[in-house]
Amino acid sequence: MSEPRRHARLVALVVLAALLFSPPLVLVFDHPSATGPSRLPLYLFLAWALVIGMAAWLMEHWQEDG
Amino acid sequence: MRTEPVVLTVAFGYLALLFVIAAWGDRRAEQGRSVIGSPTVYALSIAVYCTAWTFYGSVGRAAEYGPSFLLIYLGPTLAMLMGPLLIRKMVRIASTQRITSIADFISARYGKSSSLGALVALIALIGITPYIALQLKAITLSHAVLVSYPEATDFRLADESFWTDKSFWVALVLAVFIILFGTRHLDASERHEGMVAAIAFESLVKLVAFLSVGVFVLFVLFNGPADLFAQVADDPALVDKLGLAAVPGGATGWFGTLALAFFAFLALPRQFQVLVVENVDERHLKRASWLFPLYLLAINLFVIPIAMAGLLLPTGSSDPDSFVLTLPLAAGLDGTPLLVFIGGLSAATSMVIVETIALSTMVSNQLVMPLLLRSRHLHLSTQGELAGWLLGIRRVAIVLILLLGYLYHALIGDSYSLVTIGLVSFAAAAQFAPAMLIGMYWRGANRIGASLGLSAGFLVWAYTLLLPGFAQSGWLDATFLTEGLWGVAWLKPYALFGLDGWDIYAHSLLWSLVANVGLLVGVSLFTRQSPLEQTQAALFTEAMNPGLEHTSLWRGQTTRGELKSLLGRYLGASATARVLDNPGDTPRDDSDPAPPALIARAERALSGALGNASARVLINSVVRGEALDLESILSILDTTSQALEYNRQLEQKSRELARIGEELRAANERLRELDRLKDEFVAMVSHELRTPLTSIRAFAEILRDSDSLPDEKRVHFLDVVVLESQRLSRLIEEILDLARLESGRLTLNPQRLDLVALTRRSVDAVHRLQEDRGVALEVDLELNEAPVIGDPDRLEQVIINLLDNAGKFADDDAPRVRLHLARHKAHYRLSVEDNGPGIVEEERERVFEKFHQLQYHGESADKVRGRPRGSGLGLPISRGIVAHLGGRLWVEDAPTLGGACLIMELPQAPH
Repeated sequence: MSEPRRHARLVALVVLAALLFSPPLVLVFDHPSATGPSRLPLYLFLAWALVIGMAAWLMEHWQEDG
Repeated sequence: MRTEPVVLTVAFGYLALLFVIAAWGDRRAEQGRSVIGSPTVYALSIAVYCTAWTFYGSVGRAAEYGPSFLLIYLGPTLAMLMGPLLIRKMVRIASTQRITSIADFISARYGKSSSLGALVALIALIGITPYIALQLKAITLSHAVLVSYPEATDFRLADESFWTDKSFWVALVLAVFIILFGTRHLDASERHEGMVAAIAFESLVKLVAFLSVGVFVLFVLFNGPADLFAQVADDPALVDKLGLAAVPGGATGWFGTLALAFFAFLALPRQFQVLVVENVDERHLKRASWLFPLYLLAINLFVIPIAMAGLLLPTGSSDPDSFVLTLPLAAGLDGTPLLVFIGGLSAATSMVIVETIALSTMVSNQLVMPLLLRSRHLHLSTQGELAGWLLGIRRVAIVLILLLGYLYHALIGDSYSLVTIGLVSFAAAAQFAPAMLIGMYWRGANRIGASLGLSAGFLVWAYTLLLPGFAQSGWLDATFLTEGLWGVAWLKPYALFGLDGWDIYAHSLLWSLVANVGLLVGVSLFTRQSPLEQTQAALFTEAMNPGLEHTSLWRGQTTRGELKSLLGRYLGASATARVLDNPGDTPRDDSDPAPPALIARAERALSGALGNASARVLINSVVRGEALDLESILSILDTTSQALEYNRQLEQKSRELARIGEELRAANERLRELDRLKDEFVAMVSHELRTPLTSIRAFAEILRDSDSLPDEKRVHFLDVVVLESQRLSRLIEEILDLARLESGRLTLNPQRLDLVALTRRSVDAVHRLQEDRGVALEVDLELNEAPVIGDPDRLEQVIINLLDNAGKFADDDAPRVRLHLARHKAHYRLSVEDNGPGIVEEERERVFEKFHQLQYHGESADKVRGRPRGSGLGLPISRGIVAHLGGRLWVEDAPTLGGACLIMELPQAPH
């Protein structure tokens, strides 16, 4: 796979992460669950883990020669 | 367990361990077996980001402001994900320019400006030193909690003598550590391997300590997350703690803090130090870009459970910042609190170590050196003396910075402004981000714009965060907070221009960055760059351009001797020898002119030690003429993209040329072959013609000269002459046919005909002859009718020729020939096979060459001897005729008789 395409994927991932961590999406999950406190922290940790997982996949499959 | 001597032994024992690790790391580096050459160690060293403020403060922040503490780590996650693009470029620039700190980076980008470097160093000093104080305070506080729990710990530090304060001694030990492992080399752009190894170790310690508290709280004090959150849900005071409602400033505050952490992570001096200056291999960024966020995730995993537990359980302490310690203490544990204390100590010390190295480098290279260089008499100093000076300056700076940090902590340690300094420092560091990031991608950004932007951003920051902090600490009249400066309402520091209701950090970041970026861009658009700025701007923005690597930028003139004495003064003799003597070079005289590459190397070496601005001043002092080949470097950069395009086109053209050349060579080869064939053909024809002519002439002469020849003999001789003449005319006929075929002038009369009938006629024609020769001819016509388009005479000639050939090459003793006509798809195939020796694979195409006579060897050679020879033209002519009629003629193995089989294939005539 070509280097520019890798870069494009990385940029897309950063944009996705920024969206996941920012207000409009964050507000969606800021509702109290039926039994107790807001699910916001749970959502944040899950989104965070997802982003890290995707980054790990992308980086570890990134073969380049320099 | 918690007695003073035990705690002190453990704490200073831990610091001693750091010395051991750092010494081990340095020794391994000297042996060339680096311990920090791995992406994992790199990622761990970046985790110096997690200070005591993370270790103790995250829980406090979570208890007070809900999930907003996560933003401090989500911002760096975003920045780190961009590592392979953004930080990699920073690393590349830093290694080619020998950057020593972020102040050096910004100074180098804007034309190696001393004043800009000094400005950055000053802002860093003002904004970050209190942050060091915060770490020392955390050590003092955690120690007090550990030793005196469950008694209250709210003693006034300023009332105590400094020698009873443990953090003073910790600071002292750290000063020794930093001097030992942070200033070993003069060249600050070289790696501090031992120090990095120790930092990575500390990152592991604090992670393990925090995770163990988390596990203890969640699974020992509570029965797992479900139990804890069920209890949280039952407490009306806690239910709202985890939502956005607890975050200061709501959605804008959320976004502001995220952006703040993002910029601060890239621009904090200590992060720049570990991310860029201490980077060993830029490929490590790939793994670190996900490993470091993973570290952040892990260290934050238990923050909320600990905070909630601290709020739920009676801990005897009202300060959420100490929950990490008081929770295990309240449970009566002994070992875990000690581990937590060590974890906090490691978080604090790692930050202090790296931050102090970064700041002391800035102070010595950006603040002190430029001043020293201005005083004339230093230039007259003797060999190597300045090298010692430089290290001395850096060491004094280290002690002063730590002392300053300690004084902050001792004098104003309990004030509001120190407690909140974490995010305030972030906002100060964020001011470096525009000059750095915009400078890396926009070539037009210039020094005046950067200086004004930085200054304005700094002033706005001071007005909106620092001064209000002072006011809240009671050092300033607090009325300007509520009334605005001079009573002007729109100057209220927390609501500038009437922007009210924002989180104070988001508010400050917004206005300071607006001023900073606005001036940087605006002023840059309307002022000019100096030539050196243009070059540096180009070198920074195009850092990833491979065309730059081997470009020599120097044109000025100096001698080796002058360079040598300059380097000798600042770097010492051994370093000078390393820079000037290339292995493989022949020894040169000191009066020889120095080549451009050598001048560039000398400047880089000086940059690594003194910073870019000072190095430039020094080099300019010995180099005559326009030092920098500005025109050429700019033209290289401007034309590089074009050149790449031209290159690509040229490559394509040359490939095309090569292909055409290949074709021409092949055509030439073919022509030579044809020429050779023509010569052969002429020789063959001459030979073939001469043979019958010779015999005709011989017999004719006998007939003329011998009158007494018996009639019987005479008749025989005349027969021979007639036969030979017939053969001759047949041969000539064939040659003419062939010539017509090859030149395309053969006239055929194609008409619809029945191949079956034609085959019968041809067989009848040769039947007698074959019988005479004793050949058994077998005819197998599968069809009653086979309509094809063809010239009947020519086709008959072909079939007769095939049968004739087969008869000649059939077995000697019992010659057999078989003719078979069948339909094959839309074609008719007429095959003639014999029971002769057959034709070997490689000869099969050659039988269609002109005058080709099959060569037989050994036993089979005898068998064909004495047979009537063909002219060698029959098959080529036959193939030409068949090809003209749209068919094919080729050789295969005989399917039934075992010899050769010639197959003629003609397309079926359309109805």
